[in-house]
Amino acid sequence: MSTQIQATSRDIDGPLLELKDVTTHFKTERGLVRAVDGVSFTLERGKALGIVGESGSGKTILSRSIMGLLPPRGTIRGGSIKFEGREIGNLDRKAMRSVWGKEMAMIFQDPMTSLNPVMKIGKQIAEPLQIHLGMTKQNAWATAERLMQDVRIPEAKRRLEQYPHEMSGGMRQRVMIAIALACGPTALFADEPTTALDVTVQAQILDLLGEQRKDRNMSLVLVTHDLGVVAGHTDEIAVMYGGKLVEKASTRGLFANMKMPYTEALLLSIPKLEDRSHTRLNAIAGRPPDLVNPPKGCRFSPRCPYAVDKCRDEEPPLIATAEDPNHLYACWYPVGSEAYHEAKVRIAASKDAMSAVAVAGGN
Amino acid sequence: MAGTGKAHLRDSPDVLLRIEDLVVEFPVGRTGLKVNAVSGISLDVLKGETLGLVGESGCGKSTTGRAIMQLPRPTSGSVQFEGRELTSMQGDAMREARTRMQMIFQDPISSLNPRRKVRQIVMEPLTIWKRGSEAERSAKVDAILDKVGIDPVRAGESQPHQFSGGQCQRISIARSLVLDPSLIICDEPVSALDVSVQAQVLNLLEDLKAEYGLTLIFIAHDLAVVKNISDRVAVMYLGKICEVAPSDELYANPAHHYTSVLLNSIPVPDPEVAITKTSIEGEPPSPVLPPPGCRFNTRCPAAQDICRSEEPQLRAVGEGHFVACHFPTVTPVELTLR
Repeated sequence: MSTQIQATSRDIDGPLLELKDVTTHFKTERGLVRAVDGVSFTLERGKALGIVGESGSGKTILSRSIMGLLPPRGTIRGGSIKFEGREIGNLDRKAMRSVWGKEMAMIFQDPMTSLNPVMKIGKQIAEPLQIHLGMTKQNAWATAERLMQDVRIPEAKRRLEQYPHEMSGGMRQRVMIAIALACGPTALFADEPTTALDVTVQAQILDLLGEQRKDRNMSLVLVTHDLGVVAGHTDEIAVMYGGKLVEKASTRGLFANMKMPYTEALLLSIPKLEDRSHTRLNAIAGRPPDLVNPPKGCRFSPRCPYAVDKCRDEEPPLIATAEDPNHLYACWYPVGSEAYHEAKVRIAASKDAMSAVAVAGGN
Repeated sequence: MAGTGKAHLRDSPDVLLRIEDLVVEFPVGRTGLKVNAVSGISLDVLKGETLGLVGESGCGKSTTGRAIMQLPRPTSGSVQFEGRELTSMQGDAMREARTRMQMIFQDPISSLNPRRKVRQIVMEPLTIWKRGSEAERSAKVDAILDKVGIDPVRAGESQPHQFSGGQCQRISIARSLVLDPSLIICDEPVSALDVSVQAQVLNLLEDLKAEYGLTLIFIAHDLAVVKNISDRVAVMYLGKICEVAPSDELYANPAHHYTSVLLNSIPVPDPEVAITKTSIEGEPPSPVLPPPGCRFNTRCPAAQDICRSEEPQLRAVGEGHFVACHFPTVTPVELTLR
């Protein structure tokens, strides 16, 4: 299968994936939904990238835009998506068929609805091998069995004859991974691959994805709302909010030195095991913005505790930090800056004032 | 794990709910086989306490929650709620008792009637029970909607699909509160929500619990969430209880191997923390034919012969900390006084 990858690789030296000002808008009755609004980044070969954000941040639409899996009607696409140096942003579904499977593959959140319930597992894995790689049926089934072993499904041979309903959620997700890996893709997109699974199974699936990525020198794009999931399993993280990229850095760089108050808020809202029980959680107030009428200025400003007038008026550009040219963020008053500290002091003071009022009222 | 026993039950006048030897089985077609969903568990909850139930899919945590509501009725065992036995209760008495305990479910959108206005949904229990006058009901619904952070005016005009997942969960919570229950069973209430919204809903539950003096049973598979909200946590595996302990104690000193496995599986949001290789392989065995002895023995790193033949009983390993394991990671203590 490695020969397949070599044959399709045009530009071995450049980045695997290069996005420039990608936009994906949808026409709806309410108006234009700006689901992805000007996102640029590059992804190197063999690296794992985490795309993180809340529901409605555009992370799923972004990964589907790259894959070319968008509804054909009412979708307005812009910008450039280069995969191995070749422009794929303007390809239609028919042209994308040569890319799907062999170069890019995707696994989804819900393994039950992504598998065909009335087709044997074996056939679902073998079929793409026959279609994309032109294998004989016998060869394809033998490869399917090997893939099942690769994704650690016990009794692979017997399992090939089973239907999806005979398997647990974790096993189905392994089958999905086997199907995605079947044609030896150069990049694998995993959209919330473990959200529907138990923690024990989640850990197994994340380990499996990491292992297969290394074995196959494949790039992995992990789309999730959980910073905990990406922390241990990615090289780089892109944080999205309101259809925009708001921070991007190496995983270590991001956690060590987060700049965007939104990234910080996402991290703080996760309940921590080290905290005592009944510790008040730092929820992010409000909801993600309406992408038909996104707020003026910084899109996070209505929910940002540190926002000042400038944030509500002017949109911050995506710039690099002083220390690391690869650490990008879009914020006027990033975490750690003077204005940020001033805002923190101000917030603490107003909280004290409020509790003083509450105490006085109580008396 | 996977043991029985009642050593952990408390003898207190404040016990709101006491479950003893609860068994729930479901027949498998006409094969004569049965799914052993819950196999003889005992638990108690004090007034104002939050009990967390954790475990993997299929461990019987949701079935336990439903069996408390008598939906469906348990196969055997006793459920005492506010001093009354529910398992033998019939008809109107049962309906009346159910107003005192309410449930919140995982999927907030499908648990609300899509064709009705949100305000009507929250009002419905009051209308059915003919509580107060029309004006009083109205005032009560408005007050509760306001408490959970939903604009009553908008709720009067809008249907559930016009609200986000987090807001729908707030509406479900409002609906569960209108009849002034003493116990709320929350079945994975935040599993379908984003972390940011999850934190909002958890904070809301804590606030409402304090304000209305509620007792909660909180069912979830996310241990960090359960730790945050619970006073006491029971870990379940394949229809049995492995370990019961005060929340902080359980996480500081897990005594059962399964509890350790669950804790180690949680992804830590810090790349500097080395990923500990998954300490457990495979998935739980089928509850149709559970393994003999300790039910966790097939996946347990410390299993020995006795674990495959003899079922461990819950015994004390610390203050309020009980474990059902032959070889717990914390040394058992003999309780002299109870």
